[in-house]
This record gives sequence, structure tokens and C-alpha cells, in this order.
Amino acid sequence: MSRAALDSLVAAFPQHILETTDRLGDEVAIVAPAGLLEIATWLRDTPAMAFNMLSDVTAVDYLARNPRFEVVYQLYSVSKKHRLRLRVPVGAETPSVPSVTGVWLSANWAEREVWDMYGIRFEGHPDLRRVLMYEEFEGHPLRKDYPMQQSQPRMDLRRKERDAVEEYKTLYVDKLAQARKAEP
Amino acid sequence: MNRAIADALAAAPERGVQEDVMVLNMGPSHPAMHGTVRMVLTLDGETVIKCDPEIGYLHRGFEKQCENATWSQVFPYTDRLNYCSPLLNNFGYALAVEKMLGIKATDRCNYIRTILGEMARLADHFTSLGAGALELGAMSAFLYAVEARDHIWDLVEEVTGARLTVSFARIGGLKEDLPANFAERWEATEPRLWDVIKKLDQLSTKNRIFMDRMMNTGVIGADEAVSLGFTGPVLRSTGVAYDIRKDSPYFAYDRVDFEVPVGTNGDNFDRYLVRLEEMKQSISIIRQCLKGLPGGPLNVDDPHIMLPPKELVYNSIEGMINHFKLIFEGIQVPAGEVYSYTEAANGELGFYIVSNGTGKPYKLRVRPPCFYFMGGIDRMIEGGMLSDIIPTFDTINMIGGEVDR
Repeated sequence: MSRAALDSLVAAFPQHILETTDRLGDEVAIVAPAGLLEIATWLRDTPAMAFNMLSDVTAVDYLARNPRFEVVYQLYSVSKKHRLRLRVPVGAETPSVPSVTGVWLSANWAEREVWDMYGIRFEGHPDLRRVLMYEEFEGHPLRKDYPMQQSQPRMDLRRKERDAVEEYKTLYVDKLAQARKAEP
Repeated sequence: MNRAIADALAAAPERGVQEDVMVLNMGPSHPAMHGTVRMVLTLDGETVIKCDPEIGYLHRGFEKQCENATWSQVFPYTDRLNYCSPLLNNFGYALAVEKMLGIKATDRCNYIRTILGEMARLADHFTSLGAGALELGAMSAFLYAVEARDHIWDLVEEVTGARLTVSFARIGGLKEDLPANFAERWEATEPRLWDVIKKLDQLSTKNRIFMDRMMNTGVIGADEAVSLGFTGPVLRSTGVAYDIRKDSPYFAYDRVDFEVPVGTNGDNFDRYLVRLEEMKQSISIIRQCLKGLPGGPLNVDDPHIMLPPKELVYNSIEGMINHFKLIFEGIQVPAGEVYSYTEAANGELGFYIVSNGTGKPYKLRVRPPCFYFMGGIDRMIEGGMLSDIIPTFDTINMIGGEVDR
């Protein structure tokens, strides 16, 4: 990605871009959470940008800083062969950013991992569950205030496994039964 | 896809004997799930309607450990990411830290990294193809492939001293140079690898059973694959020629001549063919690099980064202090952040690093290619048969150490 493309991003969204840098050849735009979804869609759909791949989503916990977290998006354009990084600052109180699952499919699992590891919620995510840790895990291990040697409470035996069956029944089987009932 | 199938099922109530759907746990202790993944499958007969992959059984807290280790102590952890090609992870991480430090590895180092990296890629592809064939019942193909991988590992052992946990890269260079007879050793190994590639080709490519299991199963479209963050052979099988070695060359890839094979259908068979062709390209890259291997120093000449030679450490106070400070305080990396990416055997292996100017990484995120495959595998599996899961899971070549970290 050239500096010119970064400038056109700033020109299109002056109110949402807080800062831009291109240190060490990595173009970075710091984006306010409110503008993220709009900018993401614009970056994907504008022909000059064409960022059709979201390579990665992660977060950084700057414990002493305010706002405390930063969610980091690595974008790549397969056709234009350029890259861009978006950084979205997020406050420590109930941290949350809008989900970009509607823009790039890869955001689904990537955002689940950020939720799992940092406890940052993604508004509008269709299925925000933990992905690496188990459901009963307490805390978010990659936060800087989570100690290295932290132990977890012993958990009870699960009464039942995750509700794949229930979920399935409500989604499809009931529908099937209704269809049957409608038969003469 | 699953909704469409369910609607179709609901529209036609007479569906034979098995009326209710069944939920099946495949894994984590299932030989085809490599012991590290569970798939919660909802089956209608033998058709998969819903697939919910569950990972994390091999989670070791890679990132948390790295935040508490010096920059150099991270190397052994990277060995254990993709344990089929540890050298590629080593080099990927070294490249990321070098980018952060603003230094360039020497020419000779770049060539050797390319050679060893391609050897690791060969080993990875042999494992992937062999294990894939094995799980479809082709035992002999597996044995040939593993034999070839062993030849490569013998060479790797000769160079690095270890077969798997190599930790061979250093920031700014390598642990040591290639052994003097490496080129001859490679000359002796290469025909045996060609032989096995030919055998694999003969055993599988036109094998009726293999073709029936692989063709038109686990299909994914190009646009969907890009959006899902797929990279590497899986993306290339859909026809998208995205290869970081070509698109943003690093090491010596801009000085060698090679092709990027692409498929057309995005099915399991294309992924198999892409990997087979990539192995031939890898051998050609190694040949070219050995031919053009430049002389000169191996490591960057900077006492802030490289450890001093052992004679100085034991015989001079300056060398001793230099060694002590590099080991205990770590290399001092300037504050900042980078995202560095290399083409690992399975796709884009990215390292996003944040430094606060001390001897330890403040944040070290690895972008594993397989994690995104697992995030999208449900789209390749749903609507297919239960038995198609096996070849699909094999050809995406999920590696537990990398997905779960």
C-alpha cells in the first residue's frame, strides 16, 4: 500500500481517522470505533482499495494507557497486493467494538479469539463464544493483569454438553415437525 | 448452506428410515482428527447438515509465554507451532524481529534460509500428502512419503543437530553455517525425493478410489476463500495465485526462478495436485540456491544483536559482559510495532509484534494459517457426506500446535 492510498482514506473519513503512520513500511490508520464498520466496508468495496482479505484480528492490552486496549486489523488486497493495518482504541470499561463479520468472513473466528483472550466484545457478532478456552474459564488470559501462574477453579461436571442438539432442534427439527403436521 | 438443506428436508417429509437427525462427536480422540480437534456434527443419515469445529485442546499459552521470555527465547516456542515445518516458523519469527530492528540478514544467510525453508516445506507437504493418503486407506503411499520425509530430516539433523525442535534461526542470522559436504548430501538425497514424488503420483493421481474420494469434495470458491482468510495451497487450489514468496519476496526468493501452481476447482484433488507441484518447485528452488550460494559472512556484524564467539566469552571480559547482557537482558528492540509475513507450508504465517523498547516482546501475535482454515471448514464440510470430512480435513493440513498455540 502506498502512502497515497492511506491519504485517500484520510480524505474520505477525516472525522474517524485519528492518526496515520507508515513506519518500517507498514501503513497504519488509527480509527475511532464509531467509524470502523463504515471504513471497513469502504475499504473492501472501493476499487482502488479492494481489501478483500482480513488477514488477522488481534488486540493489545496497554494496561497503563487510556484507552486501555487496541484492536488491530491486518488487511490485504489479493488483487492490488497492498496491505493496511487498522488500529481501534477501546476503553477498559466494558470494552466493545462493532463486529466486521458482515464485511469479512474471517472475522468470525478471529473476533471470537480476541473475545476469549482479551474480553473485548464485538457488537453484532453472530456467535461470540470462547474459541481456545473452555466456557467455564474465568478471566481473559492475555490481559496484562492476568498473572502468568494464575490457577483456575475446579469446575463441576457438565450436566450436558453444549447445546448443539437443542440448537439444532429449534432451528430445523421443529420446522420439520411443523411441515409434517401441515401434511393432510 | 445448512439452512437450504434443512429447508429442502422440511419440504419433503418422506425421507426413509432415519427420520431424526443425529449429533455425533468426532474427536478429539479420533485418529483422523489428529487428536486435537473435535467436530460436533449434526447428521441426517450420512449427510452432514451442521458442523461445529471445536479447537483449543492443544492450547499452551504461546503468546503469554512469549511475553515473559526474551526475544531470543521465543525461538524454541516457534518450533512447536507448526511442528511439521519448524524451520519455516523459526525464520518467519527471525524476519519479523529483524524488520523491527531495521536490519537485513546477509546474502549468505538469506540463501541458506531459503534452502532450509524449502526443505521444511518439502517435509511438510510429504507429511500432508502421505497422511492424507493413509487416511484414505493408501498405506503404501504413506510409507513412501514418510521415508522421503526422513531423508529430509536426516539432512536437517546434519545441519541443525535436531530433527524436529531445531531452534536454528537467530535474530540477524543463523546458529551456524551449512556443513561443508551439504551440497553433496543434497545431490544424493534429491533423486530419492524425485523417486518418491513420482511414486506418490503413480500411486494416487490416477487411482480410481483416490480420485472418487478427492474430486468434488470439500469444495470452496475463490471469493469465499479469500474472505475467509484462506492462504497457501488451499487458496491457490481455488485459482487465486497468492504466494507471498512471489508477491512480496523475502530471503532469496526474488533471485530464484519458480512457478506458483494454482488449481481451478478448489476441491480436495486440486489441493493435492497443488501440493505435489509445489514440491517439485521447492526442489528446483533448492538446486538454484545451492548453485548460487554466495560466500561472505553468515551473521550480521552487530554486538548488540549477535552473541560473541565463545573464545571471546571465555577469554575476555568484554566478550563475557556482551554475552551476559544479551542472555540476561535480551536484545534491546526499539519500541514500535510491525506485522511481518512469510509463506509457511500452509499459508501466510504472520507475526504481529509490539515492543516497548525492552528485552522482551510486549505483545507477540502469531497469525497461524490453519486457524482460519478451521474457521471456514464448516463451509467445506456441510452438505457433504460424513466420509468426505476425512480428505477435506487432510488437505487443509490442520496442525494442532499452530491452531491452538
